[in-house]
Amino acid sequence: MHRRINLSAIVAVFVIIFLYLPITAVVGLSFNKSSNSLIWKGFGLDWYQTIWSNEPIMSSFQRTIFVAVVTTVLSLIIGTTISIGLNKMKAGGFLRTFSTAPAIVPDLVLAIGLLTTFSTISLSLSLTTVIISHTVFCTAFVVAVVLARIGLIDPAIEEASTDLGASAVKTLFKITIPQLMPSLIAGAVLSFTLSMDEFVIAFFTNGPETPTLPMVIYSMIRFGVTPEINVLGTLLLVISFVGVILAQRIGKVADSI
Amino acid sequence: MVKNGGSKTSRHLGWAWASPGLVFLTLFAAIPVLSMLFMSVLTAGRFGGVTTPINFNNFARATDPVFVQVIINSLLIAGATAFLSLLIGFPTALFISRLSRKWQVIMIVAIILPYWTNFLVRTYAWLVLLNNEGIINKFLRNIGLIDKPIEMLYTPAAVIVGMTYLYLPLMILPIYAALEKVDKNLTEAAFDLGSSAWKSLRTVSIPLAMPGILIGFIFVFVPSLGNFVVPELLGGGKTVMIGNLVRDQFLKARDWPFGATFALILALILIVLISIQSYVSKRVNINA
Repeated sequence: MHRRINLSAIVAVFVIIFLYLPITAVVGLSFNKSSNSLIWKGFGLDWYQTIWSNEPIMSSFQRTIFVAVVTTVLSLIIGTTISIGLNKMKAGGFLRTFSTAPAIVPDLVLAIGLLTTFSTISLSLSLTTVIISHTVFCTAFVVAVVLARIGLIDPAIEEASTDLGASAVKTLFKITIPQLMPSLIAGAVLSFTLSMDEFVIAFFTNGPETPTLPMVIYSMIRFGVTPEINVLGTLLLVISFVGVILAQRIGKVADSI
Repeated sequence: MVKNGGSKTSRHLGWAWASPGLVFLTLFAAIPVLSMLFMSVLTAGRFGGVTTPINFNNFARATDPVFVQVIINSLLIAGATAFLSLLIGFPTALFISRLSRKWQVIMIVAIILPYWTNFLVRTYAWLVLLNNEGIINKFLRNIGLIDKPIEMLYTPAAVIVGMTYLYLPLMILPIYAALEKVDKNLTEAAFDLGSSAWKSLRTVSIPLAMPGILIGFIFVFVPSLGNFVVPELLGGGKTVMIGNLVRDQFLKARDWPFGATFALILALILIVLISIQSYVSKRVNINA
């Protein structure tokens, strides 16, 4: 028994090193003074200062945040209404699969499908088409998360609320939504992070004048290793980590209510 | 009175709630994906787009040895990625499933965290590591193992390692989930009855983890097969995969029907795989 556990422990340690060594290298090099991003010239925050004045990066970052915020709001509304509806009609497997399928369809297939659809209906490519496209797959994630919880809510509570004279709107905001809160938070964090990091679908459905941050990163990487990427990578890493940890904390608090 | 959930009014109310969203998903998910898959039988327009004569020329064109080789390469690279992930992912999941509750949570969070980093940045990190001037080459030179840098970047191996890095958590999580449910008494019983470590692994742990292994394999294989970014950045354009063909047909050659043909092939491979997965995991469940 001990021998096998030792072997799997060795592999596990290797896997942790494998997962963290590349990220650590990026973070480490982001504090490099050198203009060549691969040669260590001592600790410095030079690249963190220059990145604020890099116009293409900063404006694409703003666009990315804008797309992610609008996508999150839309996906939450559409995903939650679908979930409430499917739950009320006791929908079977088909509608559930239909609503969550965009999360499973390969991103490349969805991306070119949307590109051809937008072209067919003569909708020119812009941030609007990116938001529509991101909302498609983020909605699927929201439905998956919300449906998992909504079935657990006792319908008697909603009925009691209605029987006691609350309007449908009041019941929705005072009973249904508070009970769904942990999954709504999870869905929001998922949507925001997925949209912010998404590249393939944005690459196909965005116009050339309004690149998002992943698109800018992609074109920078194609020209090789540049110091700005180290800084950007570190900043994105911090945003993602903080988001995940925050979501877990809020989720725990919301769960305990 | 107990209200029946399937009553007519609540069903109507349900449709009222769900239909705006369902219409949205029909317009921007179902129709785009389905029409794209059917586009392969159309003809390319002169300036992009498609025109009507329905024909099967694109499928004949796709059997050109050049394209067949790309499809085989893609299957081999995605297969190697999934296999490598299984090789290091299974022992890791096994190790985690045997830890105390608290350490299980810590390890799982540690496995997931890198996955939340932007995937371009994670790919870029391997450019930094594998570069001729990169950290690995420098380290090997400093300890005197090599005197000329090893060309690691822009090889199929770099693509496989890079994609394994990207998707490994998707292998570890389902296997861990399957193993975590396994009754620990079973493996202990196997030992008490005199099984060797390898035999109990082969006869108890692996069969019980099989549903998780199959899901993990699909989770890693699917995004690897359609990937065009990693072959380009880490393969240096020398490794061409199905995803690169689709991208080039849509954005460079502007031959949408031909690009859609490869997307259809991609989708068919995935459907076959998922069918095998659900068939095998049903059989495994019956045997277990």
